[in-house]
Amino acid sequence: MAVLVIADHDNASLKDNTHKTVTAAQALSSDVDVLVAGKNAGGVAEAAAKIAGVRKVLLAESDQLGEGVAEAVEALVVPLMAGYDAVLTPATSQGKNFSPRIAAKLDVAQISEITEVVDGSTFVRPIYAGNALETVQSADAKKVITVRATAFKAAGEGGSAAVEKIDAGAGAAKTRFVDQQLVKSARPELSGAKIVVSGGRALGSAEEFQRVIEPLADKLGAAVGASRAAVDAGYAPNDYQVGQTGKVVAPELYVAIGISGAIQHLAGMKDSKVIVAINKDADAPIFQVADYGLVADYKNAVPELMDALTAAGK
Amino acid sequence: MKVLVPVKRVIDYNVKARVKSDQSGVDLANVKMSMNPFCEIAVEEAVRLREKGVATEVVAVSIGVTQAQETLRTALAMGADRAILLQSDQDLEPLAVAKALQALVAEEQPQLVLMGKQAIDGDNNATGQMLSALLGWPQATFASKIEIEGSKAKVTREVDGGLQTLELDLPAIVTADLRLNEPRYASLPNIMKAKKKPLDVKEVGSLGVDLAPRLKVLKVTEPPKRAGGIKVETAADLVSKLKNEAGVL
Repeated sequence: MAVLVIADHDNASLKDNTHKTVTAAQALSSDVDVLVAGKNAGGVAEAAAKIAGVRKVLLAESDQLGEGVAEAVEALVVPLMAGYDAVLTPATSQGKNFSPRIAAKLDVAQISEITEVVDGSTFVRPIYAGNALETVQSADAKKVITVRATAFKAAGEGGSAAVEKIDAGAGAAKTRFVDQQLVKSARPELSGAKIVVSGGRALGSAEEFQRVIEPLADKLGAAVGASRAAVDAGYAPNDYQVGQTGKVVAPELYVAIGISGAIQHLAGMKDSKVIVAINKDADAPIFQVADYGLVADYKNAVPELMDALTAAGK
Repeated sequence: MKVLVPVKRVIDYNVKARVKSDQSGVDLANVKMSMNPFCEIAVEEAVRLREKGVATEVVAVSIGVTQAQETLRTALAMGADRAILLQSDQDLEPLAVAKALQALVAEEQPQLVLMGKQAIDGDNNATGQMLSALLGWPQATFASKIEIEGSKAKVTREVDGGLQTLELDLPAIVTADLRLNEPRYASLPNIMKAKKKPLDVKEVGSLGVDLAPRLKVLKVTEPPKRAGGIKVETAADLVSKLKNEAGVL
């Protein structure tokens, strides 16, 4: 059986989520094709062709695919599924947007945000904000799956698959893209960063968040995150939010500053390899998951940490 | 314009879910249940649309057990005009819910279906998109702003890395994200008034759609616990541990 992976990209570059989803797909089949749906995305397709173990890359291009219009992606993928037994998509905001449509059109369940492939029809997925893990067996002939990319290792490079251009499909008549405002940043992207520095409500203001969190992140070459409390209070933009309702991250190092550790935040970061917490409240729940806890006011601790990092050659 | 708002009764947002010892699921006995937070946001937005004179009627619908009537009464107390319970003792999957809603949409003929982006129990984030695909109506998920202009809806969506705006021809499906609004608390007079508002109950089976589950839950388990770590005394100590012990710097 062959399986299809839908690539995560921004038309300019291929995202690492794709490599991780390919790993999940390879647990189902050795015949893994990657679909790049976009606009002027030839470079993305070339990059996808280099993922080790990929059989073929399909490239479909149109304005609506480039804009990520869900109806257009569905119209493209559903007919392709005649040739595949499963389709796997990284569970990004984009993937979550179109994947359930494909499932509905194929009249099958979507198996959402899997973290483990047990066998060809059995998968593990978190429910209740990660407070429970559900093992489900699918009775459907075709599987539509979204993948929590942080739970899988990235497939390596070294492939040389062929890129085949295919027709872009019908598109959507009743949905029109108006515009988008993307936050430009020189920092690594939150969901794929090796180090994440996050700030919480204790920071008290947007100015303080920028003054304290951002220089530390830059010193560590880290992405910046925030708790929902900090985002709701307006200290940090929406897309910084780590947690059940924001992004799920699993970096090598997660540094939580002034974050108490609400269940909803822990759900988004507890799979990080090493967790550091700095909080002046020794009873804060964040310390229950932290590998290294420093009970201190961030106002003193962060400057000291900056100095200690400089002393350590950072 | 009629707005249909599907709402789900789930474990309360502030209650920690506990896995049953026989691994058959999450223990919901004697646990506080409430309206799913994203559904609450959808109800609030629909009520605001009516208050602005954009919507003429807000109909809340829930699919679930008899007690889901309480959830619908909450929606009525927030300002919905009437409610429908599609009663089911079975826990339905998103595809089945989408099919039931598709049948209800055919009866009710709303111009807008406004619903939460995901329920905090199953965390599927799928029903709205599935309903949109089944109906062939345009969709805008993860909405942080909705403007209705005549026969069109302009919706700002939260996407990875920022915001995107789409224009949809009505009728359409919109799913609510966290920052669309802050839902009101129902006042006591409104809670009293809600008791008199119409609430129809019918069996979900009477819609004649395929509700069969596609997934079999083999087990539900606790996630591996993270062992608590150590406390360090100083920032310098922390850096040295991260460098030499953890090897992450």
